Amino acid sequence: MEAYLDNSATTQLCDEAVSAMVKALNSCWGNPSSMHAKGQQAEKLLEQSRSEVAKKLFCREEEVYFTSGGTEGNNIVVFGATQALKRQGRRIVTTGIEHPSVYEPIKQLEAEGFEVVRLKVDHTGRISEEALKAAVNSDTILVSIMAVNNEVGTIQPVEAARKAVEAARSPALVHCDVVQAFGKMPVKPSTMGVDLLTLSSHKVHGPKGAGAVFVKKGVHLVPRYCGGTQEGKLRPGTQPMPAIAGFAAALKALPDIGFELDNVRKLKDYLIAGLKNLDNISINSPPDALPFVVNISVIGVLSEHMLNFLSERGVYLSAGSACAKGQKSRVLTEMGLDDARLSSPLRISFSRFTTKEHVSMLLEGIAEGQKKFLRR
Amino acid sequence: MKEIILLKNGELALKGLNRHTFEEILIQNMRRRLADLGNFQFATSQSTIMADPLDEGIDLDEAIDRLTRVFGFAGLSRAAAVKKDMNVILAVAGEYLASQLLAANSFKVDAKRSDKKFPFNSPQICMELGGILLESFPHLHVDVHNPELTVTVEIRDNYAYIHGNQIKGAGGMPVGSSGKAALLISGGIDSPVAGWMMAKRGLELIAVHFASPPYTSPKAEMKVHSLLKKVARYSGRITLFVVPFTNIQEQIKDNCPEELFTIIMRRFMMKIAEIIAQREDCGALITGESVGQVASQTMYAIACTDAVTSMPVFRPLIGMDKDEVIITSRKIETFDISIQPYEDCCTVFTPKHPRTRPKLEYVEKAESVLDVEVLAAEAFNGVKITVIN
Repeated sequence: MEAYLDNSATTQLCDEAVSAMVKALNSCWGNPSSMHAKGQQAEKLLEQSRSEVAKKLFCREEEVYFTSGGTEGNNIVVFGATQALKRQGRRIVTTGIEHPSVYEPIKQLEAEGFEVVRLKVDHTGRISEEALKAAVNSDTILVSIMAVNNEVGTIQPVEAARKAVEAARSPALVHCDVVQAFGKMPVKPSTMGVDLLTLSSHKVHGPKGAGAVFVKKGVHLVPRYCGGTQEGKLRPGTQPMPAIAGFAAALKALPDIGFELDNVRKLKDYLIAGLKNLDNISINSPPDALPFVVNISVIGVLSEHMLNFLSERGVYLSAGSACAKGQKSRVLTEMGLDDARLSSPLRISFSRFTTKEHVSMLLEGIAEGQKKFLRR
Repeated sequence: MKEIILLKNGELALKGLNRHTFEEILIQNMRRRLADLGNFQFATSQSTIMADPLDEGIDLDEAIDRLTRVFGFAGLSRAAAVKKDMNVILAVAGEYLASQLLAANSFKVDAKRSDKKFPFNSPQICMELGGILLESFPHLHVDVHNPELTVTVEIRDNYAYIHGNQIKGAGGMPVGSSGKAALLISGGIDSPVAGWMMAKRGLELIAVHFASPPYTSPKAEMKVHSLLKKVARYSGRITLFVVPFTNIQEQIKDNCPEELFTIIMRRFMMKIAEIIAQREDCGALITGESVGQVASQTMYAIACTDAVTSMPVFRPLIGMDKDEVIITSRKIETFDISIQPYEDCCTVFTPKHPRTRPKLEYVEKAESVLDVEVLAAEAFNGVKITVIN
């Protein structure tokens, strides 16, 4: 048996997504922009898929734009929003723990002259609402804060961004990267007070190569690419219908969030209880993190060694987004972890296909690994 | 118009009666490298090899690109082969080299007449052709000392060849002409460069890599594949031997003094590499060591590792600085692969304070608690072989 516990990296395709994709590959290969019946057939599927995304977000269909995934979505949003508002201000407020697809574009904008405020996180990986409020001024044009951190699962106070923007009478757009949150906790732009969202398909059992951005009606983004009118010119290029149809089918197949959260919380509790029986383990994720992600450190065992060892036993996980030797995780460093914990992190991430047996395999594996590696 | 590739021998030109043997190896190497592009005919004459494409539509640019990485040539040119008739030469040269002539500001004409029956001598060819080119390309001026473009006309037995500037060849000796050697490769920056340097001196390569799962990942092994693929563009096919090394490392770690861990480990590596090298008819081992670079590469440490092998150990980087090595590794395109951060066998269990001046007797004594022969034989029996092209 294999235990796949790296669902923050990617997830297994659900059956519903596979069937929808096969169907689209076989019979719906027309170009959605074509005038003829074959094209219309694809267009119909495209719009049905869009409506599926809109339904999940409780938003309008015309507020959903398909992309190729999270990285492209974040780029489109960050560059598009700052280009659109650059005459109204120069400040961007974000956090030090964003995914590289937000972090790097903002770094590039900083080099181009934008003023960037990167909010610090505390030891739980959370930014402070007061600091956020203080950072947003009338010169601010974009606030970008992820909903759930991809390495530790910490939930950020995203709703505070809208309040901060209103209090500062700032023209800023509020963006939230919900790649790790979507499908795992309620994501509703109106409640969250956001103008922009980024989603990815393959983190919710859909295929790679699809994703979406939510752009609130009335909000204008300057397109990053040109050469087509698809997706409101925000993402020109013929839409990949099989990937989009698979994405929509995966969303439709998502179970009730409350139900799923309950199950995954039980898995997390089981994992934490099991880890309590082992020595030299520290839990890096805060207790109130989204239970889908649990970050731990196995003190004294380099991540790479433990990951290779577990991989040989059929247990798959990762060390976070930067698993490389010598490259300490930016997120864990921001959280102020000491060197012993920084050199040994493991990220365990669940999905609805994870079972207690998988977690048991992991616990056994870690125990065996400790025996092997800590002996020396 | 018929086009061929003219290749000028490098050092080979200096060889005496055995020059033929070298040339045959060189042609065989070229043949292998060009095989999938189409058929070529090769002919040698006076320190030049002519590669004549026999099929229509062979990609000569690709062929030249590959041949710039075949050791044994000082330079190569893509040339037009025309009838040995002065009027034809004068008519064709300007047209054939038009783009190069337009891009240059200064030029000269160089003529080589090996067929002395040709009615014009070299200075005459230069004058005639130079005059015509100046007329057709009035922006040019003649510079015989430092021309941007040298138009060369070579009058040989069957054809006259016209070409522009010569492209630099890879130099060195034909791979295989010096025998075969075993390269110890970890995945770092140095070993691929060392292998490349020795291949350049005519050695055919095999490679030995030590893998220590789970300390090292399958990705570290894939990295070695990618590195060797780059080296093989110069050296030709390389057979890779991956040696399972975990048990040996754990045994050393558990039974020997920590400060000698790396030295003893390297002695094992040499020993096992030698067993493989002997089986494969190699005459030497190759490592990427450089004096003083790390604790295990001090003069004293090298003396300790050398003591386990009776084969010569070639260390072409021995006197080079890291930045010099990096320059070559960038040139042969291994640098970006080498810096991928996977743990390799050399970084597992690295001692905090390694001994930099180890004494051989002391090392041998520390090592004697292990059954070296059995451990080495076991590792050898677990070897995995892959051929890298």
